[in-house]
Amino acid sequence: MALLNSDKSSRKVQEAERVAAGAAEALTAERTGAPARRASSYWAVSWNIFKKNKLGMACLVVVALLVIVAIVAPVLAPCDPDAQELSNMLAGPSAAHVFGTDEFGRDILSRVIFGCRVSLSVGVVSQAIALVIGFLAGVFAGYFGGKVDAVISFVIQVFSSFPFLLFAIVVMFVMGPGLVNLYVALGLLMWTSTARLVRGDVMRLKGSEYIQSCILSGGKSWRIIMKHLLPNCVSTLIVVSTLGIPNAILSEASLSFLGLGVQPPMSSWGQMISASQPYIQSNPNYSIVPGIAIIVTVMAFNLLGDALRDALDPKMRS
Amino acid sequence: MGKNIDEKDVVLKVEHLVKRYPVKKGVFGRAKSYVHALEDVSFELRRGETFAIVGESGCGKSTTGKCVLRLTEPTSGTVYLDGEELTALSGAELTRARQKMKLIFQDPYSSLNPRMTVADIIAEPIDIAGTYKTREERDARVERVMEAVGLDLSYKYRYPHEFSGGQRQRIGIARAIALVPEVVVCDEPVSALDVSVQAKVINLLERLQDELGLSYVFISHDLSVVKHIADTVMVMYLGHAMELASADELFSNPLHPYTQALLDVIPRIADERIQDKRILQGDVPSPTNPPSGCAFSTRCPKCMAVCRERVPEKFEVEPGHACRCHLFDESLSEAERQFVAGKEA
Repeated sequence: MALLNSDKSSRKVQEAERVAAGAAEALTAERTGAPARRASSYWAVSWNIFKKNKLGMACLVVVALLVIVAIVAPVLAPCDPDAQELSNMLAGPSAAHVFGTDEFGRDILSRVIFGCRVSLSVGVVSQAIALVIGFLAGVFAGYFGGKVDAVISFVIQVFSSFPFLLFAIVVMFVMGPGLVNLYVALGLLMWTSTARLVRGDVMRLKGSEYIQSCILSGGKSWRIIMKHLLPNCVSTLIVVSTLGIPNAILSEASLSFLGLGVQPPMSSWGQMISASQPYIQSNPNYSIVPGIAIIVTVMAFNLLGDALRDALDPKMRS
Repeated sequence: MGKNIDEKDVVLKVEHLVKRYPVKKGVFGRAKSYVHALEDVSFELRRGETFAIVGESGCGKSTTGKCVLRLTEPTSGTVYLDGEELTALSGAELTRARQKMKLIFQDPYSSLNPRMTVADIIAEPIDIAGTYKTREERDARVERVMEAVGLDLSYKYRYPHEFSGGQRQRIGIARAIALVPEVVVCDEPVSALDVSVQAKVINLLERLQDELGLSYVFISHDLSVVKHIADTVMVMYLGHAMELASADELFSNPLHPYTQALLDVIPRIADERIQDKRILQGDVPSPTNPPSGCAFSTRCPKCMAVCRERVPEKFEVEPGHACRCHLFDESLSEAERQFVAGKEA
C-alpha cells in the first residue's frame, strides 16, 4: 500500500515536473522563437491583414473569377461568340441562349464571356504601361528636381491639357485600330496622373532623414529610388491603378463605340453596349448584361484597391 | 572618463565655415539678400571626445552639423576629416570619406523608413559599403550591433512603427554605428524623448563612445544634457560662435553675456525666485537682416557703443577659452566703451 502510494505520489511529481518543463519550454520557445518570424515579411504581414477584410476578399475572389473567365473563355462559352444565327435575331432568353441573342443572332452570354478578355486585358495592360511610365517620370521629376522637373512637368501639363477622348482618337487614328495599339494609346494617355502623384510623394519623401542617412552612407540614386522611394509610393501606385483600370475599361468602350478600338467581330463590353442602343426597349438583356459586367468589374477593382491600400500601409497595422 | 588620448589627435577640424542662403526677390528671381545661417565658425574635435554645440532655435546648430557632413554645401570654409580636406572632395572620393561620419537625427519618427525592417535599416550602411560577402556575416554583424545598443534580437523583422521613441532612437544609433564611424554628428538626439528615456540614450551614447572610440559632435539646446556629456562646448547665437571653452570652464566661468544669460535660466531645484534671474528681453533678430556690429548687441545687457558698429574679434581670454565679445578687447577707447541701454536701435 505504502509502495503504491509512493508510486502514486512520484507519478504526481513526475506529472508536475512534466507540466513545468513544458511551460518552461514554451517560455524559451517564445523568447527564442521570435527570430523565426522571418516568414512574416512585409508581404506576409500584409496578406494576413488583407485576409481579415471580408469585402476585400470578396472582391479578390470576383477579380480572380474574372481573370479565370478571361483565360478559359472558350471552355466556358456555350456557343461560338461569332456564330450568327440569322433566323434567331434579338431573341429573348431561352435554353440555348441564356441571355438571348443580338442583332446578328449571336449568343450574348458567349460574347460577354469573350468580351471579358478584351476588357480585362485593356485595363491591366494599359494601366501597367501607364504605371511604369508615370512612376519613372514622377520619380525623375521629383527626385532630380530643377530642369529635369521643369521639362517633365511641362510634358505632363501638355499631355493632360488635351481632351482625353480627342487625344485618344488622334493616337488611335495615327496608329490604326487594334488591341495592341489600344493598350499603347491608353497607356500613353493615362500616365500623367500617376506621374503627378508620384512626383508629389517623392518631393515629400526626398527630404526625409532616412534618405539623408542613405546619402551619407554613400547610397546611389538607384538604391534610394528602389529601396526608399518605391516602397513608400506603393499605396499611391495601387490607388492610381484601381482608378486607372476601370477608367481604361470605360475608355476602351468609348473608343470601340467610335470604331477605333476593338474591331468587329471581336467582342468587347463597351462595343456591345453601344451596338445594343437601338434595341434597348425590344431586347434589354443585350445592354444590361454587358453593363452589369462592367459595373461588377469596376467595383471589384475599386474595392480591392481600397482593401489593398489598408493592408499595405504599415501605419494601419496595430 | 579615462580618456588618455593624444591631445593633438584632431579628427575633425572646421575652419571659417560660412553658410548663406540666398533669398529670392524681385521679378527675375535674383538673389538680393541672404539668410546668414553661419558666419565664420571654426572648431576642432579631438578623437574620442564630445564637442557640443548649444544655442537657441535657429542659431545655426543643425546647419553646422549638416555643413560638416556636406549634406548642405557650405558657402565657404573648410572641413578636415582625419587630415583630409572634405570640402575639396567630390564624387566617389566624397562618398568614401563620408563613410567615416554618421548622423543621428532628432526625430526618431521620420528618420526611419517605415517600409523597412529593423534589420534592413541597421544593415543599410553595411549593404551599401558591401562590407560582408555573405548574408550570414551581415546578419551576424546586425545582431552584434543590435545587442550593443540594447535592442532585443526578436525585433529584427519588425517595422519602426511598432516601437517607442526611445527604441526607435536606439535603432537610429545602431544604424549610425553599424560600421564604426570616426565621427558621429548627434543632432539633438534626445530632445524628442521623455526625460527618463533621455538619460538611457545619453548613457548608451557614452558607453558606445568608450567602447568604440567614437567622437561626437553633439548638437543640443539642453544645457544640462550638454554639461553631462560634453568635453568642449561652443555657444552659438545667430550663426556666430560666441564662446568656446571646455565644458568645465564654460559652466563654471562663462564669459560672454549671452552664455551667462543662457546658464542663468537653467531650472534648478532650489529656493530661488524667477525675478532674480536675468532673462533676456526681446527676440532673436532675423538672420536675413542681422544687426550691424555684434549679433547679440540688440539684447545684450552690457552693450557698449562699439558693439553696434564693429563685429567683435575672437579673443582668447584664457588658454582654450575663446570669446567673441568686445568686453575683452583691451584696446578700446573710453568713448567706445560707453554703455548703451539694451533695447534701443
